[in-house]
Amino acid sequence: MDSDFFSVDNLAITFGGLRAVDRVSFTINRRSIFSIIGPNGAGKTTIFNCISGLYKPDSGKIIFKGEEITGLKPHRIAMKGIARTFQNIELFLRMTTMENLMLGRHIHTKTGVWSGSTFFRRGSKAAREEITHREQVERIIDLLDLQSARDQFVGGLPYGTQKLVELGRALALEPELLLLDEPSAGMNSEERQDLTFWVKDIQEELGVTILLIEHNMQLVRDISDRVLAINFGRPIGEGIPEEVQNDPEVLKAYLGEEESIDAVS
Amino acid sequence: MFLQLLISGLSFGSLYALIALAMVIIYKTSEVPNFSQGEMAMISTFVAYTLLGASGQSFTISFIGALIFAAILGVFLEFVFLRRAKDPNILSLILITLGFEMILYGFAGWKWGADQRDLPFPVSDFDIINLGPAVLSYLNIATLLITLILMFILFVFFKYSKVGIAMKATQQNAMAARINGIRTNRILSITWALSSLIGAVAGILLAPIATLDPNLMLDPLLKGFASAVLGGMTSLVGAALGGYILGIIENLFGGYVSIEFKSVVAFMIIVLVLCFKPSGLFARHYVRRV
Repeated sequence: MDSDFFSVDNLAITFGGLRAVDRVSFTINRRSIFSIIGPNGAGKTTIFNCISGLYKPDSGKIIFKGEEITGLKPHRIAMKGIARTFQNIELFLRMTTMENLMLGRHIHTKTGVWSGSTFFRRGSKAAREEITHREQVERIIDLLDLQSARDQFVGGLPYGTQKLVELGRALALEPELLLLDEPSAGMNSEERQDLTFWVKDIQEELGVTILLIEHNMQLVRDISDRVLAINFGRPIGEGIPEEVQNDPEVLKAYLGEEESIDAVS
Repeated sequence: MFLQLLISGLSFGSLYALIALAMVIIYKTSEVPNFSQGEMAMISTFVAYTLLGASGQSFTISFIGALIFAAILGVFLEFVFLRRAKDPNILSLILITLGFEMILYGFAGWKWGADQRDLPFPVSDFDIINLGPAVLSYLNIATLLITLILMFILFVFFKYSKVGIAMKATQQNAMAARINGIRTNRILSITWALSSLIGAVAGILLAPIATLDPNLMLDPLLKGFASAVLGGMTSLVGAALGGYILGIIENLFGGYVSIEFKSVVAFMIIVLVLCFKPSGLFARHYVRRV
């Protein structure tokens, strides 16, 4: 375990007058699962967007494997080995599951326009590359039980399955750090249970470090090594799941203050 | 008579198909019908003309020069104008392309004037092959062949090449494409270059049949657009077939019904398609479940 695998230092971003993320710092150990929790609008997804390069933070540093990646373009971040999923699924809807996952392999595709368009010959370099990619993708399809959706258009798949396809696409990038934005949202309890196992598998067997945003506390407790709670863009507690869950600040953020409830009644 | 109309219909149809393809390629990634496509092709054809005439280059060099110019023009327009648009919606993007259209049209009028010129083309429209009741000119054959080869290359490119697939991905979901490591900005540049290049081929093939002046592409552009709509705007195969269908129907109509109303057929077809099958004849119909 090396502690400088991934760290965020004093990250801040403002939209108009709103401090969406305000001096957030945390460190993630390699091969661990780190969760961020907090009420809606607390700034969790904004942190993800800063990490994956969709937003440029106003200040603060993001360090990945000893290298600063703050403010890099999204495609550069992807090439460094950081993949993510979105809260409201972002898939290529008019492509099949297979094609979506193959696109996850984009940064690993080496063949140029010419050889890529003309691999008529078996055993050519482009053909061999294609086979390697397909094998990888098949492995992911097996892992996530997506066989039945393999050749279907993603746009027609049920919500829970779409979430898995997105997870699969992120895995296809062979990330070292995987950002999951509310992976269990919209899933029923059975799907959620499967998801818990898969995320654990991804961490343990594939050796991927996972940064998770999740509302389901059961899931967070079951799989997280450490948890960070934030509210109004500010960190309000960090530690192992049980600690954070019982932290008075965190309870207050989720349930509101007693005084304010009294005041209403 | 029928065979003859069919042949020249196919020949015109392949030019419409090329323009339709050029439009669809841009529409697929930028989601904007590019109304400056015609003028971009017209200017590129004028560049070929200038290289041939004033600089006295060989046809091959002029042709390649014009294509390179077309590609650069496409990248330039996208980079300098479209990319600068802040929070663009479709309407404002369409207006930007209409703006180009006028700028390019004015530029051509200023630089080359409104004179009708002749683009010396190495393949003649008057050397013919006799097919019994009909004749096929060498130019017809060249047009058909070049179009088919170009289409084949395009289809393979979009289906199998890394860049082609990245274009498809960018069109369907730009954000997802970016976080998967696709440089969407570069993809847009390539799209415009490719589209402009195809348009230029259409312009150069059209110039020997029509006359080269700033109005060269006015009518063909609208026909190409009609073909693209007929094919469903997002389907390459659809756009190509749409072009051929339009070319043939238009020619048959001109031959049998009324030559005066020949040009109106294209618009009648647009109206009919929009009434009865708005997603186009060939688009894979995709309905989002509610």
